[in-house]
Amino acid sequence: MTGAGGPGVVIVGAGLGGLRTAESLRAAGYAGPITVVGDEPHLPYNRPPLSKEALAGGVDVSGLEFRRKASVDDVVWRLGSAAHSADLAARTVTLADGTVLDFDALVVASGIRPRRLPIPGPVQGRHLLRTADDAEAVRTELGPGAHVIIMGAGFIGCETAATARKLGADVTIVALDEQPMVRPLGPELGAAMRRRHEAHGVHFHLGTTIDAFHGASDEGRVQSIALSDGTELPASLVIEAVGSVTNTEWLQGNGLDLSDGLLVDSAMQVANDHAPVVAVGDIARHPNALFDGIPHRIEHWNMPTETGRRAGQTLAALLAGEEPDRSPFTGMPSFWSDQYDHKLQSFGMPGLGTRSVLAEGDYDGPCVVEYHDDSGLVGVVSIDSTPALVPYRKAIMARPVVT
Amino acid sequence: MVRISVDMDKCQHYGQCCFEADDVFSLDDDGKLVYQAEADESRRADVESAADVCPMQAITVE
Ligand SMILES: Cc1cc2nc3c(=O)[nH]c(=O)nc-3n(C[C@H](O)[C@H](O)[C@H](O)COP(=O)(O)OP(=O)(O)OC[C@H]3O[C@@H](n4cnc5c(N)ncnc54)[C@H](O)[C@@H]3O)c2cc1C
Ligand code: SF4
Repeated sequence: MTGAGGPGVVIVGAGLGGLRTAESLRAAGYAGPITVVGDEPHLPYNRPPLSKEALAGGVDVSGLEFRRKASVDDVVWRLGSAAHSADLAARTVTLADGTVLDFDALVVASGIRPRRLPIPGPVQGRHLLRTADDAEAVRTELGPGAHVIIMGAGFIGCETAATARKLGADVTIVALDEQPMVRPLGPELGAAMRRRHEAHGVHFHLGTTIDAFHGASDEGRVQSIALSDGTELPASLVIEAVGSVTNTEWLQGNGLDLSDGLLVDSAMQVANDHAPVVAVGDIARHPNALFDGIPHRIEHWNMPTETGRRAGQTLAALLAGEEPDRSPFTGMPSFWSDQYDHKLQSFGMPGLGTRSVLAEGDYDGPCVVEYHDDSGLVGVVSIDSTPALVPYRKAIMARPVVT
Repeated sequence: MVRISVDMDKCQHYGQCCFEADDVFSLDDDGKLVYQAEADESRRADVESAADVCPMQAITVE
C-alpha cells in the first residue's frame, strides 16, 4: 500500500490517453496526487480535426481541447516539458530541463510521431502532421495555386489530400502501396477510395518512392521532387505521412520490451521488477482477446479511452495493495475517417482479415465490406452507411474470447 | 435524471455515441443523430461513456 503523502502517479504524455487514464484513476477511487508531463504547450486536445475541418478552417487549439471531468481538476499539468528519461528502480522521471519527479506509479502515454525518411535535398516546405502547431504550419501554405505532394497513402495522407483539394490546391499522392489505405481496407475498397479521390482531381503515383527533393539550394525551399520512376513533379509543399515512430526513447535503459511501442498485458501493465507501470493509447502494444490475442498497437482514436479506462483501474488497484482485474481485454477498435463528403467507419481489426467480402451496396457507392480470417469475421468497414454497421459490430463483439 | 445536450453545430453524425447508449442516442434513416434530452440516473455511466467517445466532443452531460 502506497502511503498517503507519497509522490503519487506521474503520467507522461498530455494527450487523450493521459487524460482518460487520469479520469479513470479517479473513477476507480484513487485520490492521491497525479502529475501529467507533456512536451506540447497545450492541454489535451483532439487531433483528428487537424487533417479535416481544422486544417480547412483554422486551428484554434482551445476550441479543440477535450472537456476534462471535474474529478481531474486537481491534476498538476507540467506542460511544455518533455520527459527525458525514467529510472524505474529509483521511481523517478527526469525532465528535459533537469527537474526530477518521483513517482509511486508511472503511466506511459507518450504516443507516436510521424516517421521521417532520410531523403536528400532542401527541408524547407517539408511538413509533418501530428500536432496543432504542425497543422497551423501546413494551413498557412495551403490554398489555390499550391502544389501539394503528399507522401504516403494512409488515412492521414488521404484526409489531408481531400482537405487540400477543398482549398483549391493541386494535390499528388506518392506512395509505395498499390492502393490508398490498402492495409486496413484491402485492394478492392482501397481502389474504390482511389477512384473517389481521382474524381475530385487528386493525382496518384503509387508503387513509387521519392528519391530526392530539389530546390535552388539545400538551404532554400523544396521546388520539385524526383520519383523513383524518373518523373519530376513541381512541389511547393510536401506533407510526409509515411507511418510512425513510437515515443519510447525516454524509457530506454530499463530493460523493457520497446520493440514496437511498449508491451503490456491485458490489464495494460508493463512487466518489470520495480514499479507499477501501465501504458495506454497509440504507444501500448496490447493483446485483444476478441481477435488473435497477439499484442498489437492500434492507432485509433477510441483506443486511448478504452486502454486508459483499464489502465486507471489497474493502477488504482495496485496502489491500494489489491490485485488488479487481469481478465482478457476486449475493447472494440473503432475508426472513422472523413474524405470529401464521404464518411468511412470501421469496427474490429479489418487489417487482420485475409479476404474481404462486399456485404452491402457497391464499392463506388454506399457500402459495407466484411473482413474475414480463418476464425471468421474480424472487421467491418462502411462508406456512408454507419447505421447499417450495428449487426456487424454485434457479430464481432460476440466472437469467442481467446485465452 | 441525467440531462443530455448535443451541440448540433459540432455533431458530425458519426454515431459513436449510439454504440455506448443505444436507448439514448440513435441515427435516423437519413443517418442524422436523434437523442433523448433526459435519461434515468441508472444510465449515467453509459451516457458519460457516450460523451467520452464522441469524436467532436459535442455531448454535454449534467
Ligand atoms: C492528423 C490526425 C488525424 C487523425 N484522425 C483520426 C480519425 O479520423 N479517426 C481515428 O480514429 N483516429 C484518428 N487519429 C488518431 C488519433 O488521434 C490517435 O490515435 C490519438 O491521438 C492517440 O492518443 P494518445 O494519447 O495515445 O497519443 P497522443 O495524442 O499522440 O498524445 C501523446 C502526447 O505525448 C507527448 N509526448 C511524446 N513524448 C513525450 C515525452 N518524452 N515527454 C512528454 N510528452 C511527450 C506528445 O507530444 C503528445 O502530446 C488521427 C491522428 C492525427 C495525427
Ligand atoms: S458521437 Fe458525437 S458527433 Fe457522433 S453522432 Fe454522437 S454526438 Fe454526433
